Amino acid sequence: MIEMFEEWYKSRHEYAKEWKDKTGGKVMGFFCTYVPEEILLAANVLPVRILGSHEPQNVTEPHIFGMYCPFCRDCLAQGLLGRYDYLDGMMIAQSCLHIRQAFTSWKKHMPPEFTYYLPMPHQVQSPRSIPFLRSELETFKSAVEQWVGKEITDADLDRGIELMNASRQAMRELYDTRKGPNPPMTGLEAMYAAVSNQWIDKAEHTAVVRDVIQKELAGRDLGLEGKTRLMILGSEDDDTAFVNMVEGCGSVIVTDDHCTGSRYFWNQVEPEEDRLLAIAKRYINRPACPTKDWPQRTRLDHVRMLAKEWDVAGAIIIQQKFCDPHELDIPEQRKSLDGIGVPTLFLELDVTVPVGQFKIRVEAFLEMLAEEDLF
Amino acid sequence: MAKYPTETLLSWSKAKEIRETYYKNYAAAHDKGGIRWVGGAWTFDAVPAGLGGDVYSLTSEPYGASCAFNKDFSTRAMEAAETAGYARDLCAYMRNYWGSILMNEYAFGGPFPKPDFIWQDHICCSHAKWYQVVSELEGGIPMFCVDVAVGPAEPFGTLTEAKIDYVAGQILDGIEWLEKTTGRTYDDELFIEACWNDFRSTSKWAQVCELNKAVPAPLDEKTMYSLYVLATLQKSWGVVADYYDELYDEVKDRVERGIAAVPNEQARVMSDTQPPWSALKLFRYLEQYGVVSVGSLYTFGLEGMWDFDPATGDLVPRPMPAKKPTTREEAARELVRWHLHKPEYQHFYDCDYKSQMMIAICKNWGLSGVMLHYNRGCEGLSLGIAENRLAIQEAGYPVMTFEGNMGDEREFDLGRTMQRVDAFMETLGVKKVAA
Repeated sequence: MIEMFEEWYKSRHEYAKEWKDKTGGKVMGFFCTYVPEEILLAANVLPVRILGSHEPQNVTEPHIFGMYCPFCRDCLAQGLLGRYDYLDGMMIAQSCLHIRQAFTSWKKHMPPEFTYYLPMPHQVQSPRSIPFLRSELETFKSAVEQWVGKEITDADLDRGIELMNASRQAMRELYDTRKGPNPPMTGLEAMYAAVSNQWIDKAEHTAVVRDVIQKELAGRDLGLEGKTRLMILGSEDDDTAFVNMVEGCGSVIVTDDHCTGSRYFWNQVEPEEDRLLAIAKRYINRPACPTKDWPQRTRLDHVRMLAKEWDVAGAIIIQQKFCDPHELDIPEQRKSLDGIGVPTLFLELDVTVPVGQFKIRVEAFLEMLAEEDLF
Repeated sequence: MAKYPTETLLSWSKAKEIRETYYKNYAAAHDKGGIRWVGGAWTFDAVPAGLGGDVYSLTSEPYGASCAFNKDFSTRAMEAAETAGYARDLCAYMRNYWGSILMNEYAFGGPFPKPDFIWQDHICCSHAKWYQVVSELEGGIPMFCVDVAVGPAEPFGTLTEAKIDYVAGQILDGIEWLEKTTGRTYDDELFIEACWNDFRSTSKWAQVCELNKAVPAPLDEKTMYSLYVLATLQKSWGVVADYYDELYDEVKDRVERGIAAVPNEQARVMSDTQPPWSALKLFRYLEQYGVVSVGSLYTFGLEGMWDFDPATGDLVPRPMPAKKPTTREEAARELVRWHLHKPEYQHFYDCDYKSQMMIAICKNWGLSGVMLHYNRGCEGLSLGIAENRLAIQEAGYPVMTFEGNMGDEREFDLGRTMQRVDAFMETLGVKKVAA
């Protein structure tokens, strides 16, 4: 059962195409976890997060200046190489500048039948952001209705909210199993679960998560007790080779705060009569991306909470090369974690990572953490 | 023998004086009980003006550019920022600015003057975060930041009332915050006057740039950098608005008399993004070919306000609002509506919007080619530049690209860039002219 997540991770395109054939439904590719999937699910659309493939490529140079992050260029490359040619729609919720270019170049050169730019507000700490986002969600909902040719009712929105909430709840419980001294799953397995959640039919994914929690993880002993407990935080990361290497050095990744990890599913929609308002509040109040974490730094408290509750010994800060938003946060994040006795290792990621060189750094970091136990 | 007559700009020294006064005012603000604040060049500087006539600002990007002129100062500032843990690929202006704080050195002499509060706007990823770090570096300074990223304005999108409500609402909240933070009572009349000056400055600057459609061009881009900058310092200052009125009259006179910026003008180009501030001699090098850079969407539209007409494919200066606002709420909404139409905001939502405006400049300003600065120092203005290049080429204009950094001279190779210019001139079929 737990292997299903890895299978889904590796066969994302085949899954989406089969889903289309089976249901006759539309598939919406999306950038950024601020996209309100509740509305897409309400319209019976399959939301599919667009991620890169971690392979060197040479197709994006004419479209995106090399100083923008490798992630956005890897994502655009997938479109230019035709790997997402099954998409019926494509959208972005306003977040960082870098990924925006992947969206606009894709829209320009390979436009699917429907594209949408949702101006998700940045000033989420202002109460004014909620009514603004609510009004934008109203406009977005109308656009989706026109696209799919069907009204989205309150009952549909309730269904979309329920699907997303159930998925988030299940993933929170999955992550909770890693709090104990002998985690029943590796960080790699958790990554497969978290990332595949972003393109698999929600009900189907949630059912497998529930089965895994109830039938597989209880009593599962991978011998992870005593391994150095780490968290990873930072930019987007679905680099499974990297995570596999880190855990192969004698550690276990027990939690994370990054854009393909827990930030995606952390908080719920609190139902209320005005469904769009409820959805807006959820996205405004979720753990913030650095682009939206100002003027107060709310991420620091959230990351410290994760480190404490998951009892981490150290944190690996993974930052996509050239990722300005995270670069602006990293010095304070490091100080903050140092302040609670959690040392950090900073690593800069590219489309592919130098596994050998990084292994040396990770091993040195783990030795350092172990010495602190000794003395 | 020069092809066209040329003259020094009469109001040139006045522009320099205004700039110098601005920086001195900021440093000396506390001496007479005044207030000083900091924020970006795009911040709504009309708003703090409502706190009184003794309120002085330091806008970050022009300050960062000023640092970049002084290579030694800038290198030390950059290294200070990097030692503090900030990545080298971050906005170069920001690193110059932080470095100034870390070194406690003001680029114009003396220690770095600590502001009383931060009043910022946010559209690129760095804007608000820049000042979040400033506040931390200075031991905690009150900060308020207005998010303006609500989507494109007409003709590319629609500014709904909800969008105006969001931004204007933040401004109104900000005014209450300013009163609490400074202990001063806000003066709506001063605010309204400052808004009106803002409209005057930014509309008039666009009209000045429109005059550069003339052949020969009365102004060259290097000169224009010293003129447009006043609006980046404080577009709501009456002194700046008055200066642009005077400048417009002078430039119009130059057009009528056929006075050229480049006396041997034989080809016209435009640039894009900020220039490498440490190497503006690049523009003088163009003049050896009789080539004048007549401006750019950056020079025209960073502060200048324009309307783009997709039907005619032309950029025209945005007309002033029909009447002066009479209340705080009206002023806030008019200010927001005005600035959300800024040309240099639109590409944040789609690179195509910028391509259309750039092509409009190519057509209507009579250009032979375009020089694009792939500026590592600014992710905001380099956003979509590769697609702009493709679109401009498709529209039939030769494009030269050069990689560099507006504020970090360690990342700009002048010699190599000049060689690229030589090759580009061959493409344009232009040879060096006799001195």
